[in-house]
Amino acid sequence: MDLFEYQARDLFEKHGVPVLPGIVATTADEARAAAIALGGGTVVVKAQVKVGGRGKAGGVKVVKGPDATAEAAQSILGMDIKGHTVHRVMIAAGAAIEREFYFSVLLDRAERRYLAMCSVEGGMEIEQLAVERPHALAKVAIDPLVGIDGAKAAEIVAAAGFDPDIAGDVAEAIEKLWLVYRDEDATLVEVNPLVQVADGSIVALDGKVTLDENAAFRHPDHAHLVDSAAADPLEAKAKGLGLNYVKLDGAVGIIGNGAGLVMSTLDVVAYAGESFGGVKPANFLDIGGGASATVMANGLDVILHDPQVKSVFVNVFGGITSCIEVANGIVGALETLGSEASKPLVVRLDGNAVDEGRAILAAANHPLVTIVDTMDGAAAKAAELAAA
Amino acid sequence: MAIFLTSESTVIVQGMTGSEGMKHTARMLASGTKIVGGVNPRKAGDVVDFDVAGTTVSVPVFGSVSRAMEATGADVSVLFVPPAFTKAAVIEAVDAGMPLAVIITEGVPVSDTAEFFAYAQLKGTRLVGPNCPGLISPGQSNVGITPANITGPGHIGLVSKSGTLTYQMMFELRDLGFSTCVGIGGDPIVGTTHIDCLAAFEADPDTTAIVMIGEIGGDAEERAAAYIRDHVTKPVVGYVAGFEAPEGKTMGHAGAIVSGSAGTAQAKKDALEAAGVRVGKTPSETAALMRELLAP
Repeated sequence: MDLFEYQARDLFEKHGVPVLPGIVATTADEARAAAIALGGGTVVVKAQVKVGGRGKAGGVKVVKGPDATAEAAQSILGMDIKGHTVHRVMIAAGAAIEREFYFSVLLDRAERRYLAMCSVEGGMEIEQLAVERPHALAKVAIDPLVGIDGAKAAEIVAAAGFDPDIAGDVAEAIEKLWLVYRDEDATLVEVNPLVQVADGSIVALDGKVTLDENAAFRHPDHAHLVDSAAADPLEAKAKGLGLNYVKLDGAVGIIGNGAGLVMSTLDVVAYAGESFGGVKPANFLDIGGGASATVMANGLDVILHDPQVKSVFVNVFGGITSCIEVANGIVGALETLGSEASKPLVVRLDGNAVDEGRAILAAANHPLVTIVDTMDGAAAKAAELAAA
Repeated sequence: MAIFLTSESTVIVQGMTGSEGMKHTARMLASGTKIVGGVNPRKAGDVVDFDVAGTTVSVPVFGSVSRAMEATGADVSVLFVPPAFTKAAVIEAVDAGMPLAVIITEGVPVSDTAEFFAYAQLKGTRLVGPNCPGLISPGQSNVGITPANITGPGHIGLVSKSGTLTYQMMFELRDLGFSTCVGIGGDPIVGTTHIDCLAAFEADPDTTAIVMIGEIGGDAEERAAAYIRDHVTKPVVGYVAGFEAPEGKTMGHAGAIVSGSAGTAQAKKDALEAAGVRVGKTPSETAALMRELLAP
């Protein structure tokens, strides 16, 4: 889960990382009040969106005084930045920046440990820095069993080439940022820029944090960080039913079991769809291992209520999942939905109890259901029906 | 022969007495796996009876992995332990000197995996998973949740991040059979990688050809492609899932996410093809490519 900048700022503050005061506002009036609360001087109004490049898009404004703050907030709220609507701004205290640096710590999948990256050249896009001036970006491996202690923080600042007068303060900030990473179960903590301000102190001016959703069970306080406004209504409904669903833009609804097989099903449908005017999958929906008839029925319920869906492809390879449950789920869902179910279903079953499952569907003989023996054949049939 | 798991392997189950553990221990026993014990400190001394095709098989429960190893000589542990307790269970297996630990559990925090993987590296335990179906050497042993009745022994080696895609590919090539099928898991960090399996298959005299299944996220497939180019002489066919996955959305597996330009299915397919691996557009096409390679 990616956090907004203001949420990252709050986590930084909680762990003692030096940050500037910042207040979130969702209206121009709130922004005015925030500016007053911050002393009425120069502030920065920053769009809160989970995408880079907001500065270039006009989503960051430096202004002086409450009126100008309200005006800036008014113009930024509602703005569209790379497809993300701005619902909140952060009013941050202004700072006289002397120098800009970069720091991040993240999961290194390939090396199966963590990686710290640090540079005395902050402010620019780090991908650009890595390509254009790779020697300016220090990369230091972090042992998960040790983390970033004082010695490791000193190694990082030395590798990045900080001046001795600030190396100690930067190292201290890095140790605190490690606490954010470790104690909040993050997979990314990035500060860009980390700055030195006029009085010489170090401040994390902008932060990006990604939290590991698998660790949510030990962070009940993270629940309030979830941005429920951003979820698609069908995704929200599916989540409420405990389904693993992602909305896409095509016309073939997909239900399958196992993330890999469902991903593959999307591809096979798109591939088959090339012969039918570019028909695409409408969603990802994984009913998981050992799914019951109820789960199957819930899945169908979500998909059949997607107005973009023109046909549905149920693709199940029964490993633990029994094809009997899948078939009963389909038959039961169609009964419950009655006349609401008006879209054709193509079903391909294989594996555990396949003969029994197919027999249940054959006996129900529902006019909307077509059974096809192979995955590729079923994908083609579903694409054809969606294009009809 | 086979890789990592043979008819000689003796297996204990951590978390055997839980509902998932009970269900899958029965299935593993039914597929011929030599299960010699379960581990649960609160039920040490108990014996759990399983009905295996009409015969009762009694499996003793031990208080710790080390007790179970002392008593049985087990050399594989399979874990059906909830995510919150997985790290402690893996570390217990590693401390006991278990050579191979297979972690089925889905939803383990990645920092826990990073820690127990680093620890296992220090102590020499091979980990498979987490969030994986486990591995099967058909006709010899089956550790995890893979259905044993899809196919039988043969000479194709299979490595995949995904469980159901593994089953699908076993099904497609069921008439040919497999030496070992390894589901390495869909998490960002897994104990055994594609490359580990490719190296083992290359060295295994019983494996003549390899199917490698990848999916979006990370760069494991790209690394595997480079490894194949430099080190694998046996024929390899590949399949990659996730061409239709949008950027920034996790597709079921915690590791299956396209971030910016990194981790796309196209990049993985291109890397494999550049290494001389033929890549199928669907699982069936991939199976057909394997048949072509094996045709006399």
